[in-house]
Amino acid sequence: MKTAALIWTWIEERFDVGELIAPLRSKTVPRHRFSIWYLLGGITLFLFFVQVLTGLLLLLYYRPSTQEAYESVQYITTRVQFGWLVRSVHFWSANLMIFMAVAHMFSVVLLRAYRKPRELTWVSGMLLLFLALGFGFSGYLLPWNTLSFFATKVASEVAGQVPLVGHALLVFMRGGEDVGGATLARFFSLHVVVLPALAATLLMLHLWLVQKFGMSVPPSVESHWTEVPEVRQEVRFFPDFLLRDLMAWCVILAALLVLAAALPAELGHKADPFAPTPFGIKPEWYFLAQFQTLRLLPAKIFGIEGELIGVFGFGLAGALWLALPFLEGRLGRNGSRWVRAAALLGMVYLGSLTLYAYFAK
Amino acid sequence: MGKSLLVLTFVVALGSSLARAQQTGACSNCDQGDSRVKAIAEEFAADIHAQNAMSCNVCHAGGGRGTEANRISAIPRERIPELCGSCHADADRIKKFNPSLHTDQLAQYRTSVHGIKFANGDTKAAVCTDCHGVHRMRPASDPGSSVHPLNVAATCQRCHSDAEYMKPYHVATDQYAGYSDSVHHEAMVAGGDLSAPTCTTCHGSHGAVPPGVKSVASVCGTCHVLQARYFEESPHKHIFAMMNIASCVTCHSSHRIKHPDDTFVGTGPKAVCGNCHTPDEPAGETANGIHRRFQRLEADMAGAKSLLDRAEHSGMDVSEAQLELDQAGDALTKARVTLHTATLSRVTEDVNVGAGIVAKAHQAGEAALRERGRRRKSVLIPLIAIVALLVSLGAYLREIERGQLTTTGAKR
Repeated sequence: MKTAALIWTWIEERFDVGELIAPLRSKTVPRHRFSIWYLLGGITLFLFFVQVLTGLLLLLYYRPSTQEAYESVQYITTRVQFGWLVRSVHFWSANLMIFMAVAHMFSVVLLRAYRKPRELTWVSGMLLLFLALGFGFSGYLLPWNTLSFFATKVASEVAGQVPLVGHALLVFMRGGEDVGGATLARFFSLHVVVLPALAATLLMLHLWLVQKFGMSVPPSVESHWTEVPEVRQEVRFFPDFLLRDLMAWCVILAALLVLAAALPAELGHKADPFAPTPFGIKPEWYFLAQFQTLRLLPAKIFGIEGELIGVFGFGLAGALWLALPFLEGRLGRNGSRWVRAAALLGMVYLGSLTLYAYFAK
Repeated sequence: MGKSLLVLTFVVALGSSLARAQQTGACSNCDQGDSRVKAIAEEFAADIHAQNAMSCNVCHAGGGRGTEANRISAIPRERIPELCGSCHADADRIKKFNPSLHTDQLAQYRTSVHGIKFANGDTKAAVCTDCHGVHRMRPASDPGSSVHPLNVAATCQRCHSDAEYMKPYHVATDQYAGYSDSVHHEAMVAGGDLSAPTCTTCHGSHGAVPPGVKSVASVCGTCHVLQARYFEESPHKHIFAMMNIASCVTCHSSHRIKHPDDTFVGTGPKAVCGNCHTPDEPAGETANGIHRRFQRLEADMAGAKSLLDRAEHSGMDVSEAQLELDQAGDALTKARVTLHTATLSRVTEDVNVGAGIVAKAHQAGEAALRERGRRRKSVLIPLIAIVALLVSLGAYLREIERGQLTTTGAKR
C-alpha cells in the first residue's frame, strides 16, 4: 500500500491527476426505478473492450489468406495455450455486445432518453450499433469455414439487389465477382482497421456526449420529481455508480467464461468455393429477422422484385430510426406514443422473425 | 491467306444453308395444300439428317420439285432396316459426316431378337424408326433424342410395357415398372449419372437380346467388376452353374434391383441367403456371421461418428479423426464387396481393417472430450475469482452507500 501511495504521489505531483478526475468525483447520476437500464450502455462498452483485447490476441496468430485463415484459426483453437478460450470469448463477446447494444437502444427509446438535448447521443449510438453489425458481418468470414463462406456469399448477393449501385456494391464488398481471397483481405482490413478506427472515434464522441449531458431521466420520473422535489434521488458517479457498473461487468465476464467453456465457438470445415451451397444456410442470429423477411416476401410485388423492396424497406427503416429524435416532433402531440408503439412493434417483429428463422428449415 | 479462308468459309456456309433450305423446303413448297407434309417438313428441319444437308429424297427416293414430287411415298416398313443400313453400314459414307459413328448397327440388328423376328416376317418387331423416331432423329447425345440415356427406358417400354402388343411373344411386361423402381434408375434420373445402366446397357442396343443364364455375370461384371470376380471365386459359382440358375439376378433380381443393405445378408426375413440356406447349416452360419460383422462395424462407426461430432460441436478439432473414420466406411464398402466370395475369413479381414480405424477414431474422440473437460475445469479458478470480486464489490458498495443515499442530491 505504501508503494502504491508513493506512486500516486509521484504521478499527482507531475500530472495533477486529482484535478483531472475532480469532475468525476462531483458528478452525480439520477437514481430511480429504471436505473438498471443505465447499465446496458456500460456493459456494451465493456464488451467492446473485451473484443479489442481478445481481437489483439487473436491477431498474433491469425493469417488473412484463403490458404492460411482456416488453418491459423485451427492452430489457435488446438495448439495455442488458451487460444480456444480467447477465440470463444471473442465469439461470445461479439454476440453479447450486439445483443446488449440492441437492448440499450430499445431501452433508450422506451425511456425516451433520445430527446433534446441528446439527439446526437442517439445518432452516435445508432451509428455505433451499425458498426457493431459491420464488425459481426466482417468478422464472421474470417475463420474461412463453410458456413461463414456461404453466409457471406448469400449476404453479399442480397447487397447486390440494391437498386442502381447493387452490382457495384457487390463487387466492392467481394473485391470481385465472387467471394474469394480478395473478399477475405478486405473483410479483414475492415474488421481490424477501418471499423475499429471509426468505432473508436464515434465511441469517444458518444461517451463525451453522455458525460456532457449526463444521464437522462425518464419523463414520467422527471415530472414526478418536479412535483415532489424531495423524492429526487441521485448517487455519486464515482465510486457508487462506477462500482455498480463494475459489478455488472463482473457478471458479464463470468457469463462470458461460462459460455466460452460450455459452448465454445465451433471451427467447422474449411470453405470449399467449388462446393454447392449447403442446404438451409443461415446468417448469424442478428441478421436472421431480415433474412427471414426477404425469404417470406413474394418474388414480385407490384411487378418489382420482392427482395429489392425488402432491401429498400430495411434501408428506409434504418434511416428513419436514425433520425428518430428529429422526427418525433413532426408526429404531433402523440409523437412519443407513436415512437413507443413503433419500438414495441420493432421488438416483436425482430424477436418473432428471429425465432421463426432460427427454427425454420 | 487468312482473308481467302474467311471468304471461302463464308461461301461454303452460305451455299450449304441455301442448299439445305432448298432441299428441305422442297416438299413443303410443292405441297402447300397438304398440311401433313408441311408439318413433316417442319419437323424434319430439326432432324440430324436435315442438319447434315440431307433432304427428303435421300430416303424417299425420287422426291423433287414439280411432277417428280408425286413420286414420294411412304417407305414400306419391311424396307426400313435395309434403307437405313444403306448409309449407316457404309463406312465410307458415314465417315464423311461423323467418323466416330459406328457402322455395324445393321449387322448387330440382324443378330438381335428384333432383327431375327423381323427377318422371319414379323413386322411388329422393332425397326430403326421405332426407337429413333422418323422425321425428328437426333443424335443419342441430344437430351431430346428418344435414345438419349435418360429416354432409352421410356422408348423401350412403349412396346415392352404394352401387354396387348407383347402378348404373342409371351414375355413379361413389368420390366419398365421394375427398372423405374431400381437403384440404376435412381442413379440415372435422380443422380443425373448418364453412365448409369439403362435397358441398352445390359441388353445391347442394336443387337438387343436378353442375357442368357451364363452371360448374366459378364453383363453385370462390366460395371461391377470386383463383385463379378469375387463371385467367380465363391463356392456359389459352381453350384449355380450346376443348378443352371443365373448368378447376380438370383439374389439381386433383374430389373427391380434395389440398393442392397445389410439385411440382405444372413438368414433374416429380408435376407436373400435365407432363400437357399437355413440358419443352422454351415452356409447359413457363415451368412449370419457376415451379417453380424457388418452390423457391428456399422454400429461402431456410428458410435465413433457421434462421439467425434460431439467433440466437434464442443469446439474441438477432430477433423483428422473424422477423415480417418471415412476410411472405415471404405473398409466396410470393401467388405460388402468381398461378401461375394461368400467366405467368412475374407470378409472378416476387411471388416477388421475398418474396426481398427474405428477404434482409433473412438480414442481420438474420447481424448478430445477429455480435453474439453480439462478446458471447462480451467475456467473454474478465474470464475471463482470473479465471483469473489463481485461479492467484495457488492459488500464495499453497500458499505459506502449506507447512510450516503440522500434525497435531494447525493451526499459527498
